[in-house]
Amino acid sequence: MFVRLVYESFRRQKRRKLLAATAITLGVTVATAMIAVATDIGDKINRELRTIGANLIVTPQEDSLDVEIGGVDLKPPSDGAYLNEKDLSNILGIFWHNNITGFAPMLPVPVKLSDRDQAVDATLLGTYFSKAVTYGKETLTTGVRNTHPWWKVTGAWPIDSSDDVLIGERLAQRLGTHAGDQVTFDHREFHVSGILSTGSVEDDQIVAPLALAQQVLGRPGAVRRIYVSALTKPEDALARRDPKSMSGAIYDRWYCSPYPQSIAFQLQEAIPHSRAEQIRQVSQNEGAVLTRIEGLIFLITLAALFASALAVSAAMATTIFERRAEVGLMKALGAGKLAIASIFFAEAALLALFGGIVGFVTGSLLAHRMGESIFNSQISISPVLLPIILAIAVIVTFAGSATAIRRAVQFDPVFALRGEL
Amino acid sequence: MSGPRSQVAREVAASRSKGTHTSMFLRMLWRAAVLRRGRAASALFAMVVAAAVATAMLNLYVDVQAKLQREFRNYGANIILVGKNNAPLPADTLSHVDSVLAGRGIAAPFAMIVARTSDGQPVVVAGTDFNRVRQLNHWWSVTQWPSSPSQALVGVRALPVVSPKDQPFDLTFEGHTIHLTPAGTVQTGASEDSRIYVPLNEFVNWTGVQPSTIEVAVSGSTQDIAFAMKRLAAEIPAADVRPVRQIVEGEARVLGKTRATLLAAAALIILTAALCVLSTLIGWVFDRRRDFAIMKALGASERLLNGFFAAEAASLGAIGALIGFGFGIGIAMWIGRANFHASVSPRLSVLPIVLVGSMAITLLSAVLPISLLRRVQPAVILRGE
Repeated sequence: MFVRLVYESFRRQKRRKLLAATAITLGVTVATAMIAVATDIGDKINRELRTIGANLIVTPQEDSLDVEIGGVDLKPPSDGAYLNEKDLSNILGIFWHNNITGFAPMLPVPVKLSDRDQAVDATLLGTYFSKAVTYGKETLTTGVRNTHPWWKVTGAWPIDSSDDVLIGERLAQRLGTHAGDQVTFDHREFHVSGILSTGSVEDDQIVAPLALAQQVLGRPGAVRRIYVSALTKPEDALARRDPKSMSGAIYDRWYCSPYPQSIAFQLQEAIPHSRAEQIRQVSQNEGAVLTRIEGLIFLITLAALFASALAVSAAMATTIFERRAEVGLMKALGAGKLAIASIFFAEAALLALFGGIVGFVTGSLLAHRMGESIFNSQISISPVLLPIILAIAVIVTFAGSATAIRRAVQFDPVFALRGEL
Repeated sequence: MSGPRSQVAREVAASRSKGTHTSMFLRMLWRAAVLRRGRAASALFAMVVAAAVATAMLNLYVDVQAKLQREFRNYGANIILVGKNNAPLPADTLSHVDSVLAGRGIAAPFAMIVARTSDGQPVVVAGTDFNRVRQLNHWWSVTQWPSSPSQALVGVRALPVVSPKDQPFDLTFEGHTIHLTPAGTVQTGASEDSRIYVPLNEFVNWTGVQPSTIEVAVSGSTQDIAFAMKRLAAEIPAADVRPVRQIVEGEARVLGKTRATLLAAAALIILTAALCVLSTLIGWVFDRRRDFAIMKALGASERLLNGFFAAEAASLGAIGALIGFGFGIGIAMWIGRANFHASVSPRLSVLPIVLVGSMAITLLSAVLPISLLRRVQPAVILRGE
């Protein structure tokens, strides 16, 4: 009889049930989409912040002081230590290697350009443009094109295995060089594949594949510094502690959190004789921006959950309120309060489950669409969240119906049947 | 004789009947709200919540840009001025920059040379204004800023070279020697770590070299920054004005994406809130189909009925929107304080949008059920069928 009552209620009151189900579906859709966005926003904004540049730098441990003004390296090339290019691939083997979005080695070499019979001092900067680096089964295509996305080239980017070079725009202007011309240094002519514009010191430099710079310097495999772009977590009190003073469990937690400090520490372990540290301008502010945006989206998600809970309650209250006459009839026929309430709750549960599942699916689709249109990447929601969201849907639906059901069972059947309420 | 009097009587009757009409209309509106307090209150509550949420979201959407731009100013300079062809900048450049900025940003001068330590090692020494650098470069991790003359700020990598035991040291440039005391160290992870910073006036007295670089952080939007660049270039022809592209472009990207996310979230939330109002109000109006039927049975015209329910809905929408606006501003300010540690200023420009939106939704939710009820005979409704 109970099952039949519920079944008939759904069969005969399609409009009302559809209205309630729509409200629940919409509520769950919004909640699911916002939860998906809120859980993923940190990662997405983190990736966007990487466009500001690398946040970690690796230099030789025993390096002498940098003597550099306005991008011109005044240190004699014989001075100072170098890192080994062979060790670069170790970066892909660290614990947080999945958080490394790219790295670029740099090797500045002072050169004399021959320009119409006179020599011009300039810096030749060797680097990777877009090179595939392999470590075990891992392969990462990396270089300045992904660590320094604000570098713009008129012409073409050189290929890493070629002898083509880029010329910074201010240097090119001074020399009167254009893309496709030749430039002479180290007693050789090099093909200029493009003019580089960075808005920074590289505008006065020549940028070339790393192998070419090593050849000019006469030190195969030498790298002066490595810029590493990593997705990091905003630092907190634990991040700032000195790893040497930590006990085992805390050290493990520190080591296994993607703080800028712990990733720097792991880079230092991976590359022999190196010193890795965070570039504070980038990493410090990144944490602040990230925390703010995450906090904002979290609060807004709360608002969205609140609004959808309210919408579901309002819809449920309205549909139950409309059925006073029905309640009156059941009571007149001798149904107890418990029996009536359980029918309503069973109906609410069915509606919540149905609306919850449909809402979860549409919410995931919505989140996916938002990810594609805003961040050009996917926002996915883990299916583990489905039971949680269903439970929330049922609880909210029950809570929304409870007041209306309590009032409905308290009606005097006489008045309810005469329609005088 | 009867002419003027009857005319007066007619006027009085006309004005009285008009008066009764209006007051009856208001009375009906008022009684409808008072007699069914519970239902009216729940409808109003839904409206207030929806208006509050909409106000808070719109306010945040308008304000978040300014808030995040402030965060991005912590990245430091977004414009750099250098002397054309590496020449030093004229001495009055900094005051020119300050007058162009007019308080909407901060500028710091830098002059650099390579000096020798007492054992002949080359080291880069920079002269600057510490008060300005402190405001410009928040990310510098400094143990102790220099406060008295002849004190220097030493980069963490330069410290072991010039002053391994934290003792005073000498630096030589073109035969002139300066005696400095290390005040503290600076750590940034970049080239600053290898440098020694000294107060600008002492630097100029010692070396005779004027600042060649001024770093400027302009606050405001991309347009504000572009405008400031244009003015700086026009005012200071001796300088090359360049944007710090990595900061400017990164900021634009992050801001754009955050605002787009916020806009999508705001649209979703406002849609949900509107739906909540819609379903509550439709229930409320449906609930009063007996009032509707009685009025119709007593001979109320279609126009009057529509007008009555529309007026009711519109006033509910307006009152709800006003109260909700107040709450919404409160929520937005709280979020501003909790998340950005700064106040979110109330945007009155949001009010008309919320007001019109609320009234449109309430009118829609009144009109929908009435158009359904209109086809039904009053007798059917009154019999409770």
